[in-house]
Amino acid sequence: MHRFTRIALLIAALAGGWLTGPATARAAPEDLAAGLALMAKDSFNDTAAGIDAIARSGAPHAAALIEALQDRRLLIGGSNQKIYYRDAAGSVRDAATNEVVAAPPADLSAARMNNRVRTAASAAMGALSLMNPDPARRIQAAQAVMKSRDETALPVLDAAIAAEKDATVRTELQLAWAAVTFVKKDATEAQRLEAIALLRNSGTRDALSILRTLPADTAGPAREAATSAISSIEQRLQLWGYVQNIWYGVSLGSVLLIAAIGLAITFGVMGVINMAHGEMVMLGAYSTFIVQEFFRGYAPGLFDYSLAIAIPLAFLVAGGVGVAIERGVIRHLYGRPLETLLATWGISLILQQAVRTTFGPTNREVGTPQFMSGAMEIGGLVITWNRLYIVIFAALIFVGLLLALRYTPLGLHMRAVTQNRRMASSMGIRTGRVDALTFGLGSGIAGLAGVALSQIDNVSPNLGQSYIIDSFLVVVFGGVGNLWGTLVGALSIGMANKLLEPYAGAVLGKIILLVAIIFFIQKRPRGLFALKGRAVEA
Amino acid sequence: MLKRRNVLAGIAATALAGGALLAGASLAQAQDTIKVGVLHSLSGTMAISETTLKDTMLFLIEEQNKKGGVLGKKLEAVVVDPASNWPLFAEKARELITQHKVSAVFGCWTSVSRKSVLPVFKELNNILFYPVQYEGEESERNVFYTGAAPNQQAIPAVDYLMSKEGGDVKRWVLAGTDYVYPRTTNRILEAYLLAKGVAKEDIMINYTPFGHSDWQTIVSDIVKFGSGGKKTAVVSTINGDANVPFYKELANKGVKATDIPVVAFSVGEEELAGLDTKDLVGHLSAWNYFQSVKNPANDEFIKKWQAYTKNPKRVTNDPMEAHVIGFAMWVKAVEKAGTFDVDKVIDALPGIEAPNLTGGISKMLPNHHITKPVLIGEIRADGQYDVVWQTKDLVPGDAWTDYLEGSKDLEADWVGKKCGNFNTKTGKCGS
Repeated sequence: MHRFTRIALLIAALAGGWLTGPATARAAPEDLAAGLALMAKDSFNDTAAGIDAIARSGAPHAAALIEALQDRRLLIGGSNQKIYYRDAAGSVRDAATNEVVAAPPADLSAARMNNRVRTAASAAMGALSLMNPDPARRIQAAQAVMKSRDETALPVLDAAIAAEKDATVRTELQLAWAAVTFVKKDATEAQRLEAIALLRNSGTRDALSILRTLPADTAGPAREAATSAISSIEQRLQLWGYVQNIWYGVSLGSVLLIAAIGLAITFGVMGVINMAHGEMVMLGAYSTFIVQEFFRGYAPGLFDYSLAIAIPLAFLVAGGVGVAIERGVIRHLYGRPLETLLATWGISLILQQAVRTTFGPTNREVGTPQFMSGAMEIGGLVITWNRLYIVIFAALIFVGLLLALRYTPLGLHMRAVTQNRRMASSMGIRTGRVDALTFGLGSGIAGLAGVALSQIDNVSPNLGQSYIIDSFLVVVFGGVGNLWGTLVGALSIGMANKLLEPYAGAVLGKIILLVAIIFFIQKRPRGLFALKGRAVEA
Repeated sequence: MLKRRNVLAGIAATALAGGALLAGASLAQAQDTIKVGVLHSLSGTMAISETTLKDTMLFLIEEQNKKGGVLGKKLEAVVVDPASNWPLFAEKARELITQHKVSAVFGCWTSVSRKSVLPVFKELNNILFYPVQYEGEESERNVFYTGAAPNQQAIPAVDYLMSKEGGDVKRWVLAGTDYVYPRTTNRILEAYLLAKGVAKEDIMINYTPFGHSDWQTIVSDIVKFGSGGKKTAVVSTINGDANVPFYKELANKGVKATDIPVVAFSVGEEELAGLDTKDLVGHLSAWNYFQSVKNPANDEFIKKWQAYTKNPKRVTNDPMEAHVIGFAMWVKAVEKAGTFDVDKVIDALPGIEAPNLTGGISKMLPNHHITKPVLIGEIRADGQYDVVWQTKDLVPGDAWTDYLEGSKDLEADWVGKKCGNFNTKTGKCGS
């Protein structure tokens, strides 16, 4: 009967549209005063205790107070260290009475926060917003309760589950209920078994972590059920672990592909050992930075679209620099690989130092657009958006490049010049121009790689350095002069690296991989896909 | 053709004349200035961190000259670029001491660069002020360590996380870059945690190569390790460029500081400048100084520094503060000794006190380390830190850790025992 009254009260509260606390039925106004007094001490342990007291108090503005604390709008100050808060509209209210203060004290400072306070605040907010009209907030609340496993939230949780109509939110609420019940001291065996079943079905890592906290004195069926649930979830996660490793391999492979594919043109197709390739990548990343600075300054609302401008700009900047390098330096050095190597290495140092002098030696902040932040979950697999977009971007560049080489006049000329320069020249192709454009294309694509890498790595003058070796490795391993070889090379190196890493560790894994590649090159000096026929000698 | 040769000759003549002028100028200066060496990488991988320290030294020397220099003489900075190349550090140190005849050198960042210049400083007898937190296990007569020793950074940070206030952490991931500083620090921390009763299976140690950029596997390993049913934290000695991709992966995977906090020993305001810190709020760093520390000395320093660099957003960080303290100590020691003579200044330095920027007075100890406060800061959304914990008193730097076999009996004392590794058990100098 009592429980029904409470549910009725809560539903009424929900209908009324206010945020209500779990303790509406047993409101204790003295808790508010006690909580505020604790908070006024501004020490972390007291603030955390204060949050619990305020949440318990059932004051109508308890949620507003805790939210203010989370957003650093909870203020302390005045002659007797009183607590105030700034509401959403910006006016300062007295925390005890919830009335607007016309002339707030001048020395107000925000209450200090640490992880303990943050945890307590989100647990309290979870319990307070289980009945929030917004389903997304209810899910958040359920997850917060699942983390805090706070027993006092149980009655509200029951009410919320009974009132919930949305199936997804309901599942989350039930999971939260299971988490709380599982660790609750006086839970009945039946309740505990139900909780274990729910956790087992969810199969998540969070559920696993809760199941592992099984109290030592649990005996009988509950212990058995929990142990079997743990091994069932572990098995499931292990399977997903394999899928996850494969995805990581694809993702690393796509990064390698994107970094190496420009080199596959300049080194693979043209045969120029271009040590400045990494710096083209860096220029692309800095172009992204410049575009984003512009957006930050002039159109912050359109920031999410900044990459759409950065992509063509990075291509043009890096491509332009590439053409200039080819016309200015490399064309005088065709057929002299050692000199080309030294000259391009010199250019790479010049470019690095030029960028360091212009932009400073420290990292520059390149933001990630909203749609590329965070991760999505498929079963037990967590895929971060930025990596997913890079895989797609790499695939698009690869296909685009294949089509360009196959179907455009420039592609035709490029193939003609690389296969037989003199013959092409006799047919009226301006080989010098084709050389410049080919080098520009390769560099431009390196610039595109810079846009992608700026999303996952440092934007600093050293950016290119960390990718140059890997890029050469991929191109040589895949077979010089063959785009498909680059694709297969990048993916197999990425995959091998990521499959080795869990067992051998990052350092040893890399060493094993390099040794394997050395042996491979010994066996097949021309890489995976060697060009055959007369083109080889040309 | 003739014309071009004339032009060339003209250029050569100008260059010669210019060179002679410059040489004359430096000769004239040499008589009434005292040279101070600045040995920080301005190019290569470490330029990202060390360039700021070079600027700091130039700023400090300019400020000192405004006050009239030292012992009535103006100071002159001699800047060389060892280009993040460890053997080049030794060469450049030699150049500073033998050619430029500097009175002291402020420099180095990585431990390997310090180890590389050590023999040079011993052989040519000069002074090195080393401003970066390091792994300890060293004390040399010619080196003054103004950064933190492990007991001034790593151990207090772990203590904080173990406390109720810090989250009651029971399970530990020690993640680091694969080189001497992280390996030694993690060895010390592992011994310390085991001594504190942490079970062996609750410690996971992981190393990654320099500049590691794909953190997907490691972050998911950390999450997996963290679901063991006990509160887990990561102690990060990941260095340099690898940090940005590491934190980006943490943020994207949604690893919140309230779930698995990461406490870093090599990430400060400068490193965060390249990151969006919104999703990193609450992750921690342990240092002896944060820019956000409120006190008049720090406010004044930040104001002057930003005016000097003409950049109102320029941040300050812990190794900069170490140079501020080290330089002030050197000036005081020279004034106390009444001479720039290296041996006399080395003898004068222990016992010298200089104000630090967190409101205390740091003191140079006989083991050539200094006393410092230990601060734990949590990352804020604006890229600065909130100090959430700090030691009540200054902590004296301990060169030889008490938690490792072979090191716990050693003691450094350059005043009484004139020894950097005195064995208290055998009563002999040298282990």
